[in-house]
Amino acid sequence: MSTAAQEFLRRSIEKSADLTHKQIIRRGIDQYNTANDRGRMRFADWEAARQRCHEIKWEALNNLDRYLLEFEQRAKERGAHVFWAENSAEACRYITELATSRGVHKVVKSKSMVAEEIHLTPALEKAGVQVVETDLGEYIVQLRDEPPYHIVTPAMHLTRKDIADLFKEKLGDVDTDDPVELVAVARRALRRDFFSGEMGISGANFLVADSGMIALTTNEGNGRLCTSLPRIHVALAGIEKVIPKLQDLALLWPVLATAGTGQPITCYSTLIGGPRKPNEVDGPEEFHIVLLDNGRSELLADVEQRDVLHCIRCGACLNACPVFRTVGGHSYGTTYPGPIGSVLTPHLRGLNEFQHLSYASSLCGACTDSCPVKIDLHHHLLENRRNAVNGAERPWSERIGFKIWQWTMQSASRFRILGGLARAALRVAHRLGLDGTPLDPMGPWSKNHAAPRVPKKSFRALWGKNNAAN
Amino acid sequence: MRVALFIPCFVDQLTPEVGLDMVRVLRRLGYDVDFPQEQTCCGQPGFNSGYWNDARPLAERFLAVFGSAEIVVCPSGSCTTMVRNFYPQLLADSPLREKAIEVGRKVFEFTEFLTRVAKATDVGACFPHRVTYHDACHALRELHLKQEPRELLRHVRSLELVEMPYSEECCGFGGTFATKFTMISGAMGNTKCGNAESSGAEFITSTDPSCLLHIDGILRKQNSTVRTIYLASILAQTDSSAGMKARDAAGAAAKTVSGTPP
Repeated sequence: MSTAAQEFLRRSIEKSADLTHKQIIRRGIDQYNTANDRGRMRFADWEAARQRCHEIKWEALNNLDRYLLEFEQRAKERGAHVFWAENSAEACRYITELATSRGVHKVVKSKSMVAEEIHLTPALEKAGVQVVETDLGEYIVQLRDEPPYHIVTPAMHLTRKDIADLFKEKLGDVDTDDPVELVAVARRALRRDFFSGEMGISGANFLVADSGMIALTTNEGNGRLCTSLPRIHVALAGIEKVIPKLQDLALLWPVLATAGTGQPITCYSTLIGGPRKPNEVDGPEEFHIVLLDNGRSELLADVEQRDVLHCIRCGACLNACPVFRTVGGHSYGTTYPGPIGSVLTPHLRGLNEFQHLSYASSLCGACTDSCPVKIDLHHHLLENRRNAVNGAERPWSERIGFKIWQWTMQSASRFRILGGLARAALRVAHRLGLDGTPLDPMGPWSKNHAAPRVPKKSFRALWGKNNAAN
Repeated sequence: MRVALFIPCFVDQLTPEVGLDMVRVLRRLGYDVDFPQEQTCCGQPGFNSGYWNDARPLAERFLAVFGSAEIVVCPSGSCTTMVRNFYPQLLADSPLREKAIEVGRKVFEFTEFLTRVAKATDVGACFPHRVTYHDACHALRELHLKQEPRELLRHVRSLELVEMPYSEECCGFGGTFATKFTMISGAMGNTKCGNAESSGAEFITSTDPSCLLHIDGILRKQNSTVRTIYLASILAQTDSSAGMKARDAAGAAAKTVSGTPP
């Protein structure tokens, strides 16, 4: 078992038993569900909207080369610098070198999952640059020195009291747990950073090919401050974020907002089209766009799972997932938790190391139903399992076990005889009081379950006896 | 019409009454019932665990066993899904792919068969109890059965159907998931059982006996008063049999509570 798998198992066991965690997450997701149900009702046809979004992303991904070059050309025409980063290291190097060469001491950062993916903050800090998260949830988890719990609501696992205690400890002079006052405390602290930051870093929800602009959505307005106050703006985005037309946002923006939080549209929807022009009053002097591959091209080449790149990072599949709700976002030990993370991470960080996540699912399919761009998530988990069996390490006992299973099931008489023996063994073990002991043939099943009521006769025996009772 | 029974391997071995009760209902509706003796397992355990190469011969075997059947009925949404939805993918590179699609079209989950093929919602059953329905994942999300089982339950005399909160939430069974990730599966199962209890139901029923095996084990381990019963077993009970059957079930539950081996 890989180290990542062992860690996942350890953390998930702990969280599964944590009833306070369960309560906090249930409350958060209940609120989300109410808003999301209402949000979807606003669409004349939510299913048609999903289908259309799927088609937009399909078109973009299946012509990615063309749309990316179109985006690059248009963005450059607007005065942006575009850098193509093959991997995390290249992206981090470009951004840290830019920061140090321009004498940047402080970076204000808008929420970006891809920055988490490449570990940008530690890279900048190593170069002596301070990084301040400006999304409230991200700010909170940064103060706690932990990664985001959820890709949309990073501090979902915390109560108001947790946050009040944190602010008291880290920011001092805070004696309230009133949410409005707590937000005001964070805002006062963050304003100082916005004005003193020399570089703003943002993600991009969409890269719009036909206009060369990036589309950015935030609920707190911090994205606008990050991208307009500092003298340098760096936008970091995965190459899969490109969409063909500005017009596509008319649907993608409301769908993203609805799937993400249930809002009709996110509070601040911004299109950024380059640095400040001579006749303009605000905006950065320099605008850089970093386009990150980091394994995405290889995923694009995977015909079965290419649609994973459709993801718009709305977090709906996390909310829908009963495993996520049980183990929580931190147990995964990955940048992207929940179903999308379980599907994607083996592609980004290695199948052998992260195959366990594809097995840690009951395959209930709630994720697939919730996805606004119709990624076939739970079926991809099945494909990852197949890929693991064909190309990664699986326990020998399991491999042999399934060979025996197949051999048994290839013959009705073998199945009948071995099934009868297994039932007899179960009955004897139960009578000997072996339930829950190391000799219990039901193994780990007995941890949660009373012993099954094992019948004396199988269906086929009963059928054969009297051609079915009656 | 002659109906071929597709009895999942675990039903055959662990819950034969599920198959018998299904047969009772089908016969009551006037169907001739046939049990192809050569059937074993549809291959789902291997397929779901990633062992597609081991599952494939079993899929091919299934097609040989059921290929000539007029119509096939199965008391499990999950195994029906395996045949109808997953065989074409499992056999994507096999000459049997077309055959799999053809067979998939005539395999029906039991409640799906009753409501969509037999067009029967009232099967003459009587079950004087309060019952809640658990939406089994494969039936709900792969076969899109939501109202069908509920329609059948609403037409059972003296049965009071109550909805539990989060009825669409997975019970946490998931095949080998329940043994590989015991704690997660158990926590999900506890949530499901708590929701069933909060509905005030005496019985929790479903289209999938595998979910019910899992839920039943948890309920009994926790000495809950809620009991599981497969949907066909409710539909099998008529006015004359209802009182007796319910007493049997109550007796069995009481025995387990007091620690007597089943």
